[in-house]
Amino acid sequence: MAKVLMKGNKAIAQAAINAGLECYFGYPITPQNEIGEFMSDEMPKLGRTYISAESELAAVNMLIGAASTGTLSMTSSSSCAIALMQEAISAMATAEIPGVIISVMRAGPGLGNITPSQGDYFQATKGGGNGDYRTIVLAPASINEAVELTYKTFYLAFKYRNPAMLLADGIIGQMMEPVEIKPFNYKIPDTSSWEADGIGEGANKRPFRKLVSLHMQGDDLPRLNDRLQTKYAQIQADEVMYEEFMTDDAEILITAFGTVARVAKSVVTQARKAGIKAGLFRPITVWPFPSDQLKKAAKGKKVILDIELNEGQMLLDVKAAIEGICPVELLSKLGGEVVKGHEIIEKLSELSKKYSAPKAGAIC
Amino acid sequence: MNSNSEKRIIVAGFGGQGVLFLGTALAEAAMIEGKKTTWIPSYGAEMRGGSANCFVTISNSEIASPIFDEADYGIFLSKAAIDKFENVVAKNGTAVVNSSMTGKRPLRNDIEYVLEPLSDLAAHSKGKMLLNITALGLLIKKTGILTKGSVIKALEKISSAKKPEFLKFNIESFEAGYNLIKTTQNKTLEKIGC
Repeated sequence: MAKVLMKGNKAIAQAAINAGLECYFGYPITPQNEIGEFMSDEMPKLGRTYISAESELAAVNMLIGAASTGTLSMTSSSSCAIALMQEAISAMATAEIPGVIISVMRAGPGLGNITPSQGDYFQATKGGGNGDYRTIVLAPASINEAVELTYKTFYLAFKYRNPAMLLADGIIGQMMEPVEIKPFNYKIPDTSSWEADGIGEGANKRPFRKLVSLHMQGDDLPRLNDRLQTKYAQIQADEVMYEEFMTDDAEILITAFGTVARVAKSVVTQARKAGIKAGLFRPITVWPFPSDQLKKAAKGKKVILDIELNEGQMLLDVKAAIEGICPVELLSKLGGEVVKGHEIIEKLSELSKKYSAPKAGAIC
Repeated sequence: MNSNSEKRIIVAGFGGQGVLFLGTALAEAAMIEGKKTTWIPSYGAEMRGGSANCFVTISNSEIASPIFDEADYGIFLSKAAIDKFENVVAKNGTAVVNSSMTGKRPLRNDIEYVLEPLSDLAAHSKGKMLLNITALGLLIKKTGILTKGSVIKALEKISSAKKPEFLKFNIESFEAGYNLIKTTQNKTLEKIGC
């Protein structure tokens, strides 16, 4: 299949359409506007639904409605507007509704500005909604991967009847690079056993179904929570995705996701030429976080360097995963700044000196 | 950080000059040549009527970040653009400059300047010579980063299918810029037949 030069936002939108998206609901916000723009052109042509909602709240609640019927549906937005959707995401997780959300991060906090950021790692993986729910979150590092992961986001949402999110940063959304858009390669699981499709008539009448997030009766809520936690454990066990690059003999292990990981990967090669044994561990699913796999990769390393376009949000997951087996340092950029290759190299050589000196940091 | 094969180009001007289109032509042509490429604009408020710029990277290997602070080449179509980004061009780099608008240049002695009065050329051509694509022709001839053939193929691909006359103007403008380099000793308008 031929490659095309395409913006990340457009490629994500095309991927969603290829996956069989029937309903798109959205409200404009930079840096993800090309998604809605593309949908407004393409969805009507295909006889599918595009709705420019009156607000983000409206969009995400339309998503609840459409996805409740087993229809492939999504919304897309950014940072401060994804914040408005948190209640609905918690509700979807509770009612087990497979809504897909595309989050293209801009710099915060607050309205912040439109420059790229990874400041919504907490928002995506820990959630701003209430209760013990989880959102499946996939973080691409290139446009090709954004397409593949958009496919997977839809598949996982329906496989587990759970909200699922593609978490990209403004760079992935705004840049163009050659992309090969392969056909959708998953089979969306059958939804007929749970979808809200009407109770039918006469002999076709079936028992009443409900998809709700309020559970007032007896021990309904404890039982629901048990079931959800069992499901989350299953997702954690089966769906973790990550990439390792030159980790085996590395002395310094970099952890990074999304665009930053892409920069870090090229730095690993550069650093090795300069005699610094670096490696990269890149979580692709940021929830479920590849904790066991990271701990294994971290074994024997002198130090972990976590690099993020935020003040160390994934850092907490990294620290929790490795359970103190080696020290962890942070290189962060905030407010729309992008970490540069030379800055990573400088940090690596600083750490290389710091952690090879006698008594500095235990070698685990 | 820059591997030898990797070339970084900053294209800057103001909205309406075709800055993003120029960058897209570079990226498309790179893709046609089977190279890796990235293109990223300054996005958002500053695109609406104000400055416009984009970063293009062309490489034989994987590109780490599409955003850079050092460019091998710069194309500057306005005064604000060159004032802001002239220092982004690395030592021994090349700046293609629309001297109709950019004021007194050269200012640096460690980069090479290709100074052409592109706005004047465009005005004298009565709209047939597009200043962005003329600048592209200058860059390609001067640096050889992409072949003429692949750039023309790229222009064929990205020029609006609804307006075939624009493809003709694009190709003619590219050729004009490309041929202008031969005549740098004489920068009169007559030389290019305008």
